[in-house]
Amino acid sequence: MKETVNNSRRDFMKIAALTGSGLFLGFNWSNSQASPVVVSGETITNGLSQFNSYLSIGADNIITIVSPNPEIGQGIKTAFPLVVAEELDADWSKVHTVQGALDNSRFERQVTGGSGAVPHSWERLRMAGATARQLLMAAAAKRWSVPVSECSTDTGKVLHKGSGKSLSYGELAVEAGKMETPKNVVLKNPKDFKLIGTEVPNVDNKNIATGKPMFGIDFQREGMLLAQIQRPKAFGLKLKSVDSAAARKMPGIIDIVTFEDSVAIVGKSTWEIKKAREVLKITYEQGSDLESSSDHNRIFQQLLAQGTPTVRRKEGDVEKAFATAAKVVTAEYQCPFLAHSPMEPMNFFAHVREDGVELVGPTQTPDRARGEASKITGIPVEKITVEMTRQGGGFGRRLSADFVREAVFVSKLVKAPVKVIWTREDDMTGGTYRPAVRYRFEAALDQAGDMIGYKLRGVGMNAGNPTREDNFPSGAVPNLLIDSVDHPSPITTGPWRAPITNFLAYAEQAFLDEVAEAAGKDPVQFRIEMLEKAKEKPFGEVKYDIDRMLAVTRLAAEKSNWGKKNGVHQGFSVYFSHRSYVAQVGEVVLEKGKPVLKNVVAAVDCGIVVNKGGALQQVRGGVVDGTGHAMYGNLTFTKGAPDQSNFDGFRMIRMNEIPEVEVHFVDNGIDPTGLGEPALPPTGAAVANAIYKATGKRLRNQPFILEEPFKGVS
Amino acid sequence: MAKYNLLVNKRRYQAEVADDTPLLWVLRDHLGLSGTKFGCGIAQCGACTVHLDGTAVRSCVLPVSAVGMAEITTIEGLSEHGDHPLQQAWCDVDVPQCGYCQAGQIMTAASFLKENPNPTEEEIVEKMSGNICRCGTYHRIREAIKVAASKSH
Repeated sequence: MKETVNNSRRDFMKIAALTGSGLFLGFNWSNSQASPVVVSGETITNGLSQFNSYLSIGADNIITIVSPNPEIGQGIKTAFPLVVAEELDADWSKVHTVQGALDNSRFERQVTGGSGAVPHSWERLRMAGATARQLLMAAAAKRWSVPVSECSTDTGKVLHKGSGKSLSYGELAVEAGKMETPKNVVLKNPKDFKLIGTEVPNVDNKNIATGKPMFGIDFQREGMLLAQIQRPKAFGLKLKSVDSAAARKMPGIIDIVTFEDSVAIVGKSTWEIKKAREVLKITYEQGSDLESSSDHNRIFQQLLAQGTPTVRRKEGDVEKAFATAAKVVTAEYQCPFLAHSPMEPMNFFAHVREDGVELVGPTQTPDRARGEASKITGIPVEKITVEMTRQGGGFGRRLSADFVREAVFVSKLVKAPVKVIWTREDDMTGGTYRPAVRYRFEAALDQAGDMIGYKLRGVGMNAGNPTREDNFPSGAVPNLLIDSVDHPSPITTGPWRAPITNFLAYAEQAFLDEVAEAAGKDPVQFRIEMLEKAKEKPFGEVKYDIDRMLAVTRLAAEKSNWGKKNGVHQGFSVYFSHRSYVAQVGEVVLEKGKPVLKNVVAAVDCGIVVNKGGALQQVRGGVVDGTGHAMYGNLTFTKGAPDQSNFDGFRMIRMNEIPEVEVHFVDNGIDPTGLGEPALPPTGAAVANAIYKATGKRLRNQPFILEEPFKGVS
Repeated sequence: MAKYNLLVNKRRYQAEVADDTPLLWVLRDHLGLSGTKFGCGIAQCGACTVHLDGTAVRSCVLPVSAVGMAEITTIEGLSEHGDHPLQQAWCDVDVPQCGYCQAGQIMTAASFLKENPNPTEEEIVEKMSGNICRCGTYHRIREAIKVAASKSH
């Protein structure tokens, strides 16, 4: 509904367009001043200045709500409109949702990442709906000549108490557009929510189930060419020369062009391009070290021994604590590189013209895509459009813009609209992986079994800081040292769902299980004691919410009947990541002497649950993802080249390998704190700790399938 | 290059392609039927599943020259109005997250439900374990197949 947008008035935009089907009411807060808004007696003044156009109401009662953030399967295209519709008191069956294109004048933070979209936009979305609702009530009150205080709304209608009169939103849309913007907008009491907290199906279900073209890889444009890119087969190699003579003669090939270290094969159909690609003769030269996994293992040991790490957090006197300890526990944990493996391989469409660039495809960061296109072409960002398709998964991979850059380069060179498509092999060997890391943990216990000292060194391959120095147990240990050393590897790395915490949580929570055992304490009770003490007397700053962490810990223990199930071996894990808290209990049984993960009980505090159906699936999917990659995920290297290039070598979890997942949400009324990632980090340790209970073997390396308890298991 | 006459979703198509072109790319690049998805190209993930005379096959490794006279059904042609019991169950159970693998999941399920209209949970899991869902919607896929099976009785 772009035509409904009109910036002619500073604070509020009303009638925007007359179309064949009716009048539309549009709202635009993009240039509004941040006027104070009264909500439940409190005044909110922040965050409204950039707020923007989310909805329009047609005379036919159809309400169109734009969802500006990229949809990668996290359910934002359903959840965002749901929040607007809630405050609008709309009839959800009449709501039509639209994916917004990149538009800085109308939207902000058009990013999918960091589990941040709902927390960021919660208030703004509610304001959009509530403002519209008040305008509609004002319009009805005027028409009926009654005080607005006598009006109420119910599912797409304004009602008048005394007379029993009612008008639909569609009937009021035009008049509402002429009303003054309310100064004080009252938001609903969450207790009165009708849609939020219920299970609302994904708005695109029908199109998905019937195979409609929705994804980037499905995008078509008149005159569009296809391209595949041959990149160096090993990290550390540089392009030296290309002999494309044979490839150019292959059927369906339009052009072969080179840029940076890449060779693009441009043609009319995927299969013809693939066959031409096979006869390209390319030579490479070494640009930097060609690292193998055996090198990484050696480098990890060197980094762990190195004397000059970057100190991340220090409390008390660690050396003294260890010198006086009654018991010291030390363990090292390691995790491999991982590919993201979204089911839709990387792809992007670009059309570079003299006067502008059109970009279409799956990206988690459309703004970055545009910026990169501008850098390559020299065309200002104002002349570059970015449309987002539905995206076949992201997991952080589409935060990078490498595939966008490729499409821009190729379109620029061949002067035609081009869609670049990666094969699965390209996708898996193309980099920006989850980095490989290794941790050394040391804990000092006193006579009473209290942890008086804690040391963590994290070392990684292009991992940056592989610790989260302010997470638990920081704040709960008097003497603490957390530091890190990074190795700059030619192997490219990037964010992978729950960056850093996706491996750190496993290592830390599995280590704490070892510490609790050494202290002779129940692992759940051990954590509760530490958290309660930290609440009473914190050591340094505490940057997580102790009460929220305690609440999920207790809920998971209660719901799993912790420690009281016969024949079931339980493992506990709790983690704070992004803004949310998740505790999990893994439940393992022995079948023919081998551990089998049967069930995971999850206790989740993500604040108010927006769409219960989507949230349940985020947790189930997070546990499946966390289990699968901890059990099987493994990307290794030989002389800079990945050893695995497709799903035959890089094992993904399948239906016959999943645990049941039982989900319990904490109902605390806190504004939403995000759920795209937080369910994943605790899983690895919940599983590892349960397997330890069952087998007596600690799992200190991922993937677990290569560890001793699984010897002989396929 | 040869001309192939294909019967897809009860419609006749002609495509002029190399003999070894996988059916997947004929559907996607030449016939404009993009509901069938590319996931791995080596029959490991099931995203490209279509029916050949009613039987589920991985179209990414099936050369067009091997199709012969067989009738091809893709997700677009599974039902006339998009209301196959599985398609309805997928919506009712709210299966999709990103949605990319789901056409292949539905086509795999549709083929085996035809052979075994009343499967046990173990049979569902066994038959569906050839299809990867990276989002991890397996619980709901399993549930939707149960719902569809119960409704067709």
